[in-house]
Amino acid sequence: MTVTLTGSETRAVPSQGAAPRTRPRRRVAPYLFVLPALLLFAAFKLYPIGRSFVISLHKTVGGTERFVGADNYTRLMGDPLFWTALKNTAVILAVQVPVMLALATGLAVALDSTLLRGRTVFRLGFFLPMVTGLVAYGIIFSVLLNKDYGLVNWLTGLAGLDPVPWLTDPLWAKVSLGLALTWHYTGYNAVILLARLQSVPAELYDAASVDGAGAWTSFRHVTLPGLRPALLLTTVLSTIGTLQIFDEPYVLTGGGPDNATLTIGVYLYQNAFKYFDFGYASAIAYALAVLIGILGVIQFRFLGEKS
Amino acid sequence: MTAARHRGRSILLTSGLAIALAAVLIPFYWLVVAATHSSGEIFDSPPPLLPGGHLAENLQTLQDTAQFGRVLLNSLLIASIYTLCAGAVCTLAGYGFAKYRFRGREPLFGLLMLGLVVPAQVTLVPLFQLMAELRWLGTYQAVIMPNLALPFGIFLMRQSMAALPDELLDSGRMDGCGELRLFWKVVLPPMKPALAALAIFLFLYQWNDFVWPLIVLRDSATFTVPVALASLQGLDETDYGAILAGTAAAAIPMALVFLALQRQFVSGLLAGAVKE
Repeated sequence: MTVTLTGSETRAVPSQGAAPRTRPRRRVAPYLFVLPALLLFAAFKLYPIGRSFVISLHKTVGGTERFVGADNYTRLMGDPLFWTALKNTAVILAVQVPVMLALATGLAVALDSTLLRGRTVFRLGFFLPMVTGLVAYGIIFSVLLNKDYGLVNWLTGLAGLDPVPWLTDPLWAKVSLGLALTWHYTGYNAVILLARLQSVPAELYDAASVDGAGAWTSFRHVTLPGLRPALLLTTVLSTIGTLQIFDEPYVLTGGGPDNATLTIGVYLYQNAFKYFDFGYASAIAYALAVLIGILGVIQFRFLGEKS
Repeated sequence: MTAARHRGRSILLTSGLAIALAAVLIPFYWLVVAATHSSGEIFDSPPPLLPGGHLAENLQTLQDTAQFGRVLLNSLLIASIYTLCAGAVCTLAGYGFAKYRFRGREPLFGLLMLGLVVPAQVTLVPLFQLMAELRWLGTYQAVIMPNLALPFGIFLMRQSMAALPDELLDSGRMDGCGELRLFWKVVLPPMKPALAALAIFLFLYQWNDFVWPLIVLRDSATFTVPVALASLQGLDETDYGAILAGTAAAAIPMALVFLALQRQFVSGLLAGAVKE
């Protein structure tokens, strides 16, 4: 990938004295290029990661930090709200992510089809929700889904359906959250999958059709295997994103009703910046990091083994 | 497949997707409509389906309750400075990692990529404390500084830079170009599409960022758009006409800019996204 730059090059010496001067400079140059990034990363990422662990072993009592060892973690294990948050996050992960990725795969295949007219318009349109900030679409959805006055219930009312308590019923609030997430991220995932799809050689489809494969068979045996690396990428990204989810429930439902949409991210935020229990919040953060690590490894094992 | 059947399928697929797209775009259309109505009208039955005449009034309310002009300016300023600085940091690092071979390259790059998988929430509390110690709480730099070395940006730039032919660099060196001048005169010009994609991504990222600005910004005069909108929604008497006008003012320009530049953006993003 990269050509070796040091060592014995056989290039012409441009002018006298130039070579001995440029060589040491060239050895230092790469470090200077990556230095700003490394310094900023060390100060604002690595250091906080380490400090977060230290904080998680402390408790603030009357303005002073007191070392409490694993107390915060023990408390976490017995905290019903943490388990509720974990369960809610797991439900989103188990239901919303597969639905969204299936939709995105279907969308990518449709956008890739030669049968489709006006492909550019469709690609653009479906990608557009991604541009909308989380707060913006959270606000839009919270009004659209209002039980008494929202456009959605008005429309379903025209069809003779009873108004749905989208944001005020524990079950429907989860559905609303899933709808909002799907609206926001499906097009984005479809575009990643589409890019991969376009690199699947056309000969493979030709070969499949020569062998008498129908649309479904060629999808299963050509399209899906071809999509594997992109599916792995979108699955891992969606999993990481879902486990950290904060903005949508915060703006849409505030974690309610009755903690039905309380996610780990929201619970962490509440503990840190509402109750100012930094030690406990840091313990939640570390539990989250461990979860993400475990799920990441499982997914790479499961989806990545053949690629 | 016969020609007629082919056409039939084509129409079926295209109209099916058109319906799906319409459903996806309804929230945008409705946002524009709602932004021009008063709070009362928005919750009328039937709800308004066409634009009304209250846009100016909504914007005025927004200005009075949230200093929205100032808020827009804050967002614009923060996102612009961030895009410039983070763009520089990510591009320099991407180039260093892609085009030089040096001791520690792989482990250092791996370390940076760790930032992609460590959840942002892990660093939230200590970063907040760090900002407090630096006495940066409530300032622009508290918003801007922590995310300058954005792992995704560095990753994107490394992928794009790797596509640059080494012969180009070598010929520049043979002409006696120093390493920094080489970067500026030889490397950057052909990277313009990738830089544009990075810039759009960084700007959108900062423009829409919510949690971090929410935590470090104190005074409503320094709020960014998402923070100001969320704070308005938290009020007891929420003026939805005003909030939605603000949402539209923040989202619609971004959507238009994105539409204008999307070709570069999508191709630039995907250059880095799907590699085996």
